[in-house]
Amino acid sequence: MNNVIALAQSGAHIVEQDPWVFINSETELVEASAHQKLILPFSLWQKCQPDAVLRGEQQSVQGFWLAPEEEEEPVKQWLAVVPLIALQFPSFRDGRAYTQAYVLRTRLGWAGELRAVGDVLRDQLSHMRQCGFTSFAIRTDKSVTDALKGLSGISVLYGRSVIQPLLLFRRR
Amino acid sequence: MYSYDDYDYALVRERVEQFRDQVARRLNGELTEEEFLPLRLQNGLYMQKHAYMLRVAIPYGVLSGNQLRTLAHIARTYDKGYGHFTTRQNIQFNWIQLEQTPGILDCLAAAQMHAIQTSGNCVRNVTTEAFAGVAADEIIDPRPFAELLRQWSTINPEFLFLPRKFKIAISSAEQDRAAIKVHDIGLHVYRATNGEMLLRVYVGGGLGRTPIIGLAIKEDLPWRHLLSYVEAILRVYNRHGRRDNKYKARIKILVKALGIAAFAEEVQREWQAINAGPAEITDQEYQRIAAAFVAPAYEFLPAQNFDYNTQLFKHAEFSRWVARSVIAHKVTGYAAVIISTKPGISAPPGDVTAEQMEVIALLAEQFGFGEVRVAHEQNLVLPDVRKADLFALWQALDLIGMATPNAGLLTDIIACPGGDYCSLANAKSIPIAQAIQQRFEDLDYLHDAGDVSLNISGCMNACGHHHIGNIGILGVDKNGSEFYQVTLGGAQGNDSRLGKVIGPAFSAAEMPDVIEKIITTYKDYREVDEPFIDVVQRIGIDPFKENLYQNSASPQQQPMEVLP
Ligand code: HEM
Ligand code: SF4
Repeated sequence: MNNVIALAQSGAHIVEQDPWVFINSETELVEASAHQKLILPFSLWQKCQPDAVLRGEQQSVQGFWLAPEEEEEPVKQWLAVVPLIALQFPSFRDGRAYTQAYVLRTRLGWAGELRAVGDVLRDQLSHMRQCGFTSFAIRTDKSVTDALKGLSGISVLYGRSVIQPLLLFRRR
Repeated sequence: MYSYDDYDYALVRERVEQFRDQVARRLNGELTEEEFLPLRLQNGLYMQKHAYMLRVAIPYGVLSGNQLRTLAHIARTYDKGYGHFTTRQNIQFNWIQLEQTPGILDCLAAAQMHAIQTSGNCVRNVTTEAFAGVAADEIIDPRPFAELLRQWSTINPEFLFLPRKFKIAISSAEQDRAAIKVHDIGLHVYRATNGEMLLRVYVGGGLGRTPIIGLAIKEDLPWRHLLSYVEAILRVYNRHGRRDNKYKARIKILVKALGIAAFAEEVQREWQAINAGPAEITDQEYQRIAAAFVAPAYEFLPAQNFDYNTQLFKHAEFSRWVARSVIAHKVTGYAAVIISTKPGISAPPGDVTAEQMEVIALLAEQFGFGEVRVAHEQNLVLPDVRKADLFALWQALDLIGMATPNAGLLTDIIACPGGDYCSLANAKSIPIAQAIQQRFEDLDYLHDAGDVSLNISGCMNACGHHHIGNIGILGVDKNGSEFYQVTLGGAQGNDSRLGKVIGPAFSAAEMPDVIEKIITTYKDYREVDEPFIDVVQRIGIDPFKENLYQNSASPQQQPMEVLP
């Protein structure tokens, strides 16, 4: 049970059977079953992809995650073959992933699933959504149903964001 | 002044409801204190020594009479009958109950006010100077830019969890009265020779534990790029600012570590990726916002007013007050007036009672266009008073104890709340300010000493901006006792400078003597009416030091230095 919320055309929903397993390290990778869908650290992901994936000729089954201090630029060439990217919130107070998400979405053109992982809490969800996250692995000691309420946030956005690229005065 | 439209109202209302829910969840235990902390800080709510403290934003320091009445109402209903104006165009209430805050925020929202982002690791209330729009030396009114920034930075989803708090100040007069060089970003708006509005951008200034004067990162940013350029700076900071140590998390440390050139390059790279198209401010939007700040309907008045001149001539006290409190206005026949919140022993610097607020609101309507400003020095300002009304205004202010003619003088002390309220304090600030004010009650002496800024902070967070006071006082803790370290030569404004520590710290009881000796030394050395700061610049701190430490073998000083 991953405690995941996902955004879809139809709206936000709780994911009943989330297939993804988050992998922190090589040791964890060894323990995980080869058939599972894994979210690997980017360096590890690169290491264990078949050549066809690395050449960009085949879709990868696995996703990868970036730590807050990692640059997004190096992942650019794999965007076409990766099914999911996750960004880490080591603490809900660490806002680096908001910027990473923004850059991935607006500059690198990542259009697939972007997942928030780590210290992911209800009161930050609307900001994450604005910055382009589309799924949220809510901290497992928190109620995911409750967290769902955090997605709506405030209806007015003066500035711009990933989902609202125009400043308010250009939308008036 | 700026009036809320439907969007602005919707935002503050929804924000109040959001916070009401967060408070409820905190009270029923759904939210831990750790989770609640950043949420309440982003709504201006601190936990202090005795109670919660609520910091309310006064964007670019502008208040209407009604807003001031709302603040008076809050002071009376939820606090002990007064509020405390700060150096960053906020007002603080020190005795607030958590349960009451949604109600207070409601009350603020009804008056087009809020406490959003007055604290927390996000972009704080954007400040300007108290004389914006009226100062005789103004180039361009900075308030529309401040309002554009206020809106842009309010609940900007990417920048609510920065490494540390982020302060922006903006000014556009020949004299900087907004302390722009000691802010994370300081903006100076000016006109190019072709008339275009440009911005000079300073970055990496700040006081606190590591005081640094900001450096210019861009000399001539076209005004349309204000938001994209600030966005670029914030993005670089959000990515690379240090989060491992809260004392090193400010942007000034990043700028220092990279060097301004390398930092500027990073910002430039980021800015080039975003500056085109939709990020630009449109003429239409600038006009829409600027229209809220158009000058009121000034009358055509003669430059000279016979009654006023007679009153000046006849009343020495009035003319003394005018000399300190009345500031040149850009419209003939008008003046801007500083209302001193520094009466001396009767109230701490920046403290204003609910009754005083109400009277000032009335005076603003009676003698102006209903507007009040908050100055960086913790004073209030009436921006548009007819010279012919100054005498009546002065009398009215005197009745509420706010006609002290000390603006810019030694007793116009900026002081943080210090140990009386602040849980971070190493020492008290307010009693020191009051002891000094009491010593220098004599107005002749005070006026003779002329312009001197004296700033006091109760700890190295430097809320009282002690580093940039001509005389700075910093409360320090030595083995559980309160002592005070003195700096000299600091300055705010165009020539912002950090003061130098004069020597070992003093006890609280010594402080009035210490200040007196500093002023005596100044008087001994000054040439004609050379101001204090110029003398310090010219002769350095050594003569002051000698005079202070030579003869005064103060018992506290010697042992203090040898203790660990
Ligand atoms: C009791 C209430 C207060 C608390 C808990 C508080 C807390 C702090 C803290 C922790 C800092 C340091 C932040 C840093 O450098 O990273 C700071 C800085 C500052 N505070 Fe306060 N403060 C309080 C009241 C005030 C008041 C009343 C004023 C104005 C008179 C004020 C104005 C400032 C300013 C201007 C700074 C900036 C120093 C800089 O540029 O780095 N604060 N405050
Ligand atoms: S300078 Fe220190 S003591 Fe004074 S208000 Fe700021 S944090 Fe508190």
